Amino acid sequence: MKLLKTLIATTALVGAATFANAQANPALIFDLGGKFDKSFNEMSYTGAERFREETGIEYREFELQSDAQREQALRRFAQAGNNPVVVAGFSNATAMATVAPDFPDTSFVIIDMVVDAPNVRSVVFAEQEGSYLVGVLAAMASKSGTISFVGGMDIPLISAFECGYAQGAKATNPDITVLATMTGTDGSAWNNPVKGGELTMSQIESGSDVVFAAAGGTGRGVLQAATDAGIFAIGVDANQNYMHPGNMLTSMVKRVDEAVFNAFNDVNNGEFTAGIQVMGLAEDGVGWALDEHNEALITDEMRAAVEAARVAIIAGDILVHDYRTDNTCPVE
Amino acid sequence: MMDFLTNDLLQLSDSAIRFATPLLLACLAGLYSERAGIFDIGLEGKMLVAAFAAGAFSALAGMSVDDGGWNMGGAAVWVGLLAAIIASIIMAMIHAFASITLRGNQLISGVAINFFAAGITVLIGQYWFKMGGQTPQLHEGQRFEPIILPFAKSLQDVPVLGPVYHDLISGHNIIVYLSFVIVALTWLILYRTRFGLRMRAVGENPGAVDTAGISVVKLRYSALIITGILCGLAGAYLSLGTAAAGFGKDMTSGRGFIALAALIFAKWKPIPAMWATLLFGMLEAVGSKYQTLDLGFMVLPGQFMQALPYILTVVILAGFVGKAIPPKAGGEPYVKER
Repeated sequence: MKLLKTLIATTALVGAATFANAQANPALIFDLGGKFDKSFNEMSYTGAERFREETGIEYREFELQSDAQREQALRRFAQAGNNPVVVAGFSNATAMATVAPDFPDTSFVIIDMVVDAPNVRSVVFAEQEGSYLVGVLAAMASKSGTISFVGGMDIPLISAFECGYAQGAKATNPDITVLATMTGTDGSAWNNPVKGGELTMSQIESGSDVVFAAAGGTGRGVLQAATDAGIFAIGVDANQNYMHPGNMLTSMVKRVDEAVFNAFNDVNNGEFTAGIQVMGLAEDGVGWALDEHNEALITDEMRAAVEAARVAIIAGDILVHDYRTDNTCPVE
Repeated sequence: MMDFLTNDLLQLSDSAIRFATPLLLACLAGLYSERAGIFDIGLEGKMLVAAFAAGAFSALAGMSVDDGGWNMGGAAVWVGLLAAIIASIIMAMIHAFASITLRGNQLISGVAINFFAAGITVLIGQYWFKMGGQTPQLHEGQRFEPIILPFAKSLQDVPVLGPVYHDLISGHNIIVYLSFVIVALTWLILYRTRFGLRMRAVGENPGAVDTAGISVVKLRYSALIITGILCGLAGAYLSLGTAAAGFGKDMTSGRGFIALAALIFAKWKPIPAMWATLLFGMLEAVGSKYQTLDLGFMVLPGQFMQALPYILTVVILAGFVGKAIPPKAGGEPYVKER
């Protein structure tokens, strides 16, 4: 009994101490693809790690294993006094909408989806804009006149990648064929590299010589299959150019790390704002990756074209249609 | 139409073979186990452990010494394969010990193996490689490369047979070819050897086998060792023989259960097992290639196409394809004296 009392006392003390010392006591939840998917989730991990290095403040993390855990994980962190609670992934919107009103003093951040609550910041990316740019590059690099896309789960978000990619490609070469395939309709579609590879091989057999993967961990199989067949591949979210130098044309970078870092940092500095935050080309939230691994593949002509497209999109001269606004794509 | 036949059908069949290979190996693995009277729903877990061991050991063997590897070059892939088989046999032996020696419930033991595999692979993977349970991306020498059969290139232009030989038969990796050899071998063992006869008998009437003075326990253990080897091959195929090029969390994604369904469909016979898994492979290939299928009068949505293998499983298991009679003594631990 005495032991129990001591234990309770210590826990209370530790709890109090954390509140007094640090303003931010952040927590981060990874979505189903897994923390080290070399893509979306790994980017949010990178952002959190950067915050830890710069401020010395530790953060807590949780890797979702199933859909059933979403609400529970959010609630646990909020109850434990974590602030902010950041969750990356569109699938968490329902859970977030349920949990956030119960903890009005906690700041929540959701990435890739909008949740309307006074204490929630919703960070959404203009994926169609970044995808447009890699579409331009793909169309210029393709010799066969056919390029392709492998998506993860069949949801409007991924269709926005596909649609932006197709728009960029068609604007560059109106005759180009864009093949598109989705891996699946449930969470496992983010983590099925075997199937991703198979889909890619099927596209290659249909003539594709540039493939863009927006599929989380599944992309690993896509990029490998493209490399095995000696065609170009385009990575997603993180800069994946290093994975297969020589075959990686570029990567459509989505700065999830910035979103996570900013969320942690804003709460730490007492500057947290709720509401929708759009990260597009103008905000450097999306873009295309150029580094030592792919600079030999990008000609001056390609660089000029993609740069012109970037400037035009920011200036509003090119309007890239967002699939999510009306669930249709203007180009096939 | 001709174009469809020569092109699409070839591509689909090619893809179906790749999808079917791990299913076929797992299905044959289940065949040995269940024919010997041991239900095995732990195929999934054994494959997963094998896939992990293959990915991990092939990566380690291929890494340079500076990175903590063994710098074994082209031998790495074989190290991976061997590790996969050993790991899978260990799991099979746990199942054997629980269900033969301890006479435990075979279903529970199988379920336990599946859960254990899902957890242990990620745990060890994280501890070794610090990549969230994944293993490092595998490179040349660490993976099975496609084998181009002799004359494939020069015969390519021969009408009909040329493309079939070049596109469909040639260009798979060694495990694919091996799996079809194993079908024939299994048929031989099962129906033309003394061991096969005894194994079938021990699954039907272990009492009779025991009366004849043959050890039931020994026979069942041997059958489960073969199960382990075959699951090891299936797992190694996933991480070393596909574009995944490494292990990823839960990468078997239900193939062990599809293989079990195929086993029931095939009525526990090796040649039908091959056709059953090829059918499942074909369905998966069709579902992947045609995300939506336009039948002319209606369009099948992508969700339906992807659900096809599972819908078929339900139809089969509901018993629409005739009566599938499992080995009589399956699931019953053998007790010498009542």
